[in-house]
Amino acid sequence: MKISIGPISYFWERQKVFDFYKSLEETPVDIVYLGETVCSKRRELSLDDWLVIADQLSKSGKEVILSTLTLIEAASELSYQNRIALNERYTVEANDMATIHNLNAKHSFVIGPHINTYNKATLKLFSEMGGCRWVIPVELGKETISTILQERTPGMETEIFAFGNLPLAFSARCYTARAHNRPKDSCGFICVDYPDGLPMFTQEKEPFLILNGIQTQSVAKQNLITLLDEINELGIDIIRIMPQAEGTIEIIDLFHKVMNGEIQPTVALEQMEIFHSFGKCNGYWFGDEGMVWIDKTNKQNKSFDSILE
Amino acid sequence: MYTIDNKIELICPAGNLPALRAAVDSGADAVYIGFRGGNNARNFPGLNFSPDEAKQGIEYARKNGARVFLAMNTFPQPEQWQSAIDSIDTAAELEVDALILADPGLMDYSRKTHPELRLHLSVQGSATNRDAICLYHEQFNIQRVVLPRVLSLAQVRQVIKEVPVEVEVFGFGSLCVMVEGRCSLSSYVTGDSPNTAGVCSPAQAVRWKETEEGRQSYLNDVLIERYNKDEPAGYPTLCKGRFYVEDNLYHAIEEPTSLNLLELLPDLMKCGVKAIKVEGRQRSKTYVAQVTSVLRQALDACFENPELYIADKQWITQLNSLAEGSCHTLGAYHRPWQ
Repeated sequence: MKISIGPISYFWERQKVFDFYKSLEETPVDIVYLGETVCSKRRELSLDDWLVIADQLSKSGKEVILSTLTLIEAASELSYQNRIALNERYTVEANDMATIHNLNAKHSFVIGPHINTYNKATLKLFSEMGGCRWVIPVELGKETISTILQERTPGMETEIFAFGNLPLAFSARCYTARAHNRPKDSCGFICVDYPDGLPMFTQEKEPFLILNGIQTQSVAKQNLITLLDEINELGIDIIRIMPQAEGTIEIIDLFHKVMNGEIQPTVALEQMEIFHSFGKCNGYWFGDEGMVWIDKTNKQNKSFDSILE
Repeated sequence: MYTIDNKIELICPAGNLPALRAAVDSGADAVYIGFRGGNNARNFPGLNFSPDEAKQGIEYARKNGARVFLAMNTFPQPEQWQSAIDSIDTAAELEVDALILADPGLMDYSRKTHPELRLHLSVQGSATNRDAICLYHEQFNIQRVVLPRVLSLAQVRQVIKEVPVEVEVFGFGSLCVMVEGRCSLSSYVTGDSPNTAGVCSPAQAVRWKETEEGRQSYLNDVLIERYNKDEPAGYPTLCKGRFYVEDNLYHAIEEPTSLNLLELLPDLMKCGVKAIKVEGRQRSKTYVAQVTSVLRQALDACFENPELYIADKQWITQLNSLAEGSCHTLGAYHRPWQ
């Protein structure tokens, strides 16, 4: 299995973005997804900046994919993702049907996690349109994935969301601006103050969700590190790790060591506890609620880790 | 399709035969329904149609000059696939006036197997821009798109100018603040979502607890809302509770409120909206009758004289009394809401 790094979901300052990708060059990461997928107002980097980073990563031996925006409404958003779709250098991850339309079956593309591919017929259809890799929607469990993968679509790789806050929803409304009583159109780019998103708590003061501009994420980190053997057995080719404001390199290292049999998954998990201060989850894999943590060795041991911690 | 003289169709929900008759009798141009089971976005206990009931509903509607659309707008997983395509075959046999689909695989099946069957792209298909809509048109020959409730009025206007299909928008009912088809919040907490099971914040996950601080509503173990003694308690829809963000307690995502576009009708008509949809297949026949009747009056008044049209206060009061949270919003159509 290969390791990929998903696109940065938060709004980071320009230099932090450059530093982050520089730091990936010496890691065992195979694939890096670049670009803004959440909010078109986040323009610390231009497409040319992203292409500079892409070239550097490419030189250091990484496969580079350019990701596109998930919610496309305005004409400016449409034309920006079209420029990405038509770039001649790198494969594109489509997160909206508009991008697939613009690729026009002429270029192969990655079917992003926000394209709803829930069955074999849909996967086959996208394959015929040029899809070469399928990032599994986060809701799908191993039974479903296993059935879909029984008849492998030729030339189609499969990638799973293995570490990070689950991207759960998108809206026209910006919740970070709302939290500051600002309208979206004059948000003051407040997201830059929250490099890991803005946590939201229930009235019992339990952490629940992360507000990230127009995106809503799980507060718990999905972590599939104890399930890598099952993931491998199913024939999944790539595990995706999401960029974290801190600790991404250590997380990559732990996944890599488990994949190489250098340490036990449970040991790696213990070492990762500092990275899930709001809890961890893996319920979707088992076909359960996404927010629960299920101990693989004891299926009955289902707990709301994010709440109990 | 851009036409100035656009008579807007009124599309109303029906969760059963009495609601369908109520919608038709109250002036709906078309009624949308779903089959029982997990393949439509209102998969609630005791709701929806058997094929035989659908047949009766279609006969009743046709006799009274109305049409019937069938919604099958979840994304079937492999174990649901056979039942989903069987349902499409049944819909074709019943000769429904349109099939409302979201899943690309199902649209492909329908187009190839039943090319005569008219397809509408469901709001769950998340098509929010020209190019996405064009893809669905080119690939599956969809004839109409139902727009997600995330576009501003200006954006709706732009889309209508640029797409080769009819555009339907939501005009009244519970407001989904997330892009439809792109929200997994419900499955994160309860295991079931609109995409996977046709439900959001499903009833089997709802718990109530009386505490010293008030009555509390939960979805599984997550506290969604806490009500004081004098506060009316509402259904714990996941995104409509009060939560803490940086020590402020408020409706961090959205208030419990309904969408109501009555005051925008002349604008919608001018920009070429083909149809207005009412949310609420889970609602009673009385609700359906009242909402349909008010919207019928409003649409007729607007069509008669768009320049002089004013949303009647009585209509607004009547609709507010039926609305979630007893109040309404223009939602994303009104840019400052965003």
